[in-house]
Amino acid sequence: MNRQRFLPGERFQSLIDQLKSAGYDVVGPQVRDHAIVFDALAKVDQLPIGITDEQAPGRYRLEKSESRRCFDWATGAQAIKPMTFVARETLWQSERLPDGSLTFHETLVKTRPTAIIGVRACDLAALSIHDHHFMRGAHPDPLYSQRRQSLFLIAVHCMRSAATCFCTATGDGPRARSGYDLALSELDEGFILEAHTGRGLDIIVQLGIDEATVEQIERADAGIGQAAKQQQRILPVGPLQEKLVSAVEHPRWQTLNDRCLSCGNCTAVCPTCFCQTHVDEISLDGQQTSHIRQWESCFNPDHSHIHGIVIRSERAHRYRQWLTHKFGTWEEQFGRSGCVGCGRCITWCPVGIDVTEELAVLCKGLVNE
Amino acid sequence: MNNALPKPRVAVHKFSSCDGCQLAFLNLGERLLSLAETVDILHFAEAGPIDEGAMVDIAFVEGSVATSRDAERLKRIRENSRYVITIGACATAGGIQALRNMHDSGEWLAGIYAQPGYLDLLPESSPIARIIKVDLELWGCPVNGEQVLAVTRALLVGHMPHVDQNAVCMECKRQHVVCVMVSQGKPCMGPVTQTGCGAICPKMQRDCYACFGPAIQANVSALSTHFAANGMLAREIAQRLLFINNQAEPFLGSGIQWQSQAAPNPTSSPGIK
Repeated sequence: MNRQRFLPGERFQSLIDQLKSAGYDVVGPQVRDHAIVFDALAKVDQLPIGITDEQAPGRYRLEKSESRRCFDWATGAQAIKPMTFVARETLWQSERLPDGSLTFHETLVKTRPTAIIGVRACDLAALSIHDHHFMRGAHPDPLYSQRRQSLFLIAVHCMRSAATCFCTATGDGPRARSGYDLALSELDEGFILEAHTGRGLDIIVQLGIDEATVEQIERADAGIGQAAKQQQRILPVGPLQEKLVSAVEHPRWQTLNDRCLSCGNCTAVCPTCFCQTHVDEISLDGQQTSHIRQWESCFNPDHSHIHGIVIRSERAHRYRQWLTHKFGTWEEQFGRSGCVGCGRCITWCPVGIDVTEELAVLCKGLVNE
Repeated sequence: MNNALPKPRVAVHKFSSCDGCQLAFLNLGERLLSLAETVDILHFAEAGPIDEGAMVDIAFVEGSVATSRDAERLKRIRENSRYVITIGACATAGGIQALRNMHDSGEWLAGIYAQPGYLDLLPESSPIARIIKVDLELWGCPVNGEQVLAVTRALLVGHMPHVDQNAVCMECKRQHVVCVMVSQGKPCMGPVTQTGCGAICPKMQRDCYACFGPAIQANVSALSTHFAANGMLAREIAQRLLFINNQAEPFLGSGIQWQSQAAPNPTSSPGIK
């Protein structure tokens, strides 16, 4: 299954067409509103050809790259989270009948088989965490499951890291290792394709393309190795749970309290954050309601509002809760860290708080007086 | 509501304002007509019905208290209403006209009007809650008609509405609006501004200018310090804060601090203290 084939760059459209004729809607990265976002993809020229991203804490800029590659950027504004855990959706509706009784209707989603081109290793690792949470628990989420099962995933191994990337520190990239149907390695002259599933192999076979040369495979490996070497950010040696829990009184939390906007951007762009809130919308005549689930953030004071009190009423407490959970207690809960090293929380924090920098300080412990 | 009971009674009152919040109500169109079927709208000058002294279940109040007669009229509205809900920046925070609170408005009047004595003007423009007890405050310049409707619906079915006071950012993210601050360097007020507008400005690729007032626990100090570190002048930061919701804390306190650090503005009009 793992024989690698070569798709010349000028034939990339045939991959999109092949996916379509196999019955998939195709989604891929493209430039919109000064960022790379995922959207419906019909033609290869919609891809961000010759575009690269420059990322830094609190900063994301697209620029012309030196190549004509389609995937010469590291990460977009979101992973594929919005396609499985959607930002706002109706879970059920209720209605009062003329006789005064109530009826309830479950909301069903209509999904179509969808192929996503351009999923990064970090995004796949995050998806695997979500699968664990939404599908493998005692109460699988039917809406998530249905969307998730409709996906055909085409990974792209990273050949370039942004300054904010640190997937080598979490062990999740830059090479995609599992959870995909097909993987692409992009070279200047085209793409090396490898299948990870039978249906992925079917697509490759139908493309009728030749095997990649050893030299091409070596060049792809070197590219992925280079992406790993480009990464500057590291994490303290784990596991971090004990270190973070013992840093509960660290003065650094106060510094974070002063810097953090508590806006929730870090959690909204995090591909593993899945907090939600539920709201009811009532029709004007009061006879119908819609029960809606939407993205929520543990940075909102409302989030810890229980029985009339807000448990984490201060920003510092909320920041501490988020960071300690993401990098520490998540391990106890899910068997691994909640961070996949995509760096989005660093880039998309409006004031550029860098979790790797904060963890370095917090996990060093308190200096003895 | 049980149809056998009399319809809830509603009034929409106006104080010093541009009428834009009443228009936001009117712009609901057909949905306003549906609302009118479930309630009796007794007073709503912009729409037609006038009965200012009516006893009502819900009184919406637009505008700020700016003249000597306003306060008395407002107290009567409070006595006549079960719930008083302020709609918009003027009613909730004093509005753009409250900029005069920080200046010598008498001097302004003398500089503009030939006969300022004809004007009945209090030295300050006050939010409604400074004069009477308010049950719920809705922000915005103007208010979001949908939010007004949602609040009305909640009251009609008998529970106190929940108004989301968190920052605009979460709404941008829910709507997949790319952050204009991070991707374009625009000085967006979204992280410190209360949600409710539907993220309309970032959706149009422009920065939020805080017309919905401060978010809960808004960290204005962190955001404005970040603006300054990225080249914004103290005067410009002060103008961002001392704008539509200039009387709302922490915009007011922080805005005054930045103003005091600002170099004198050579183009400012005489009369400003």
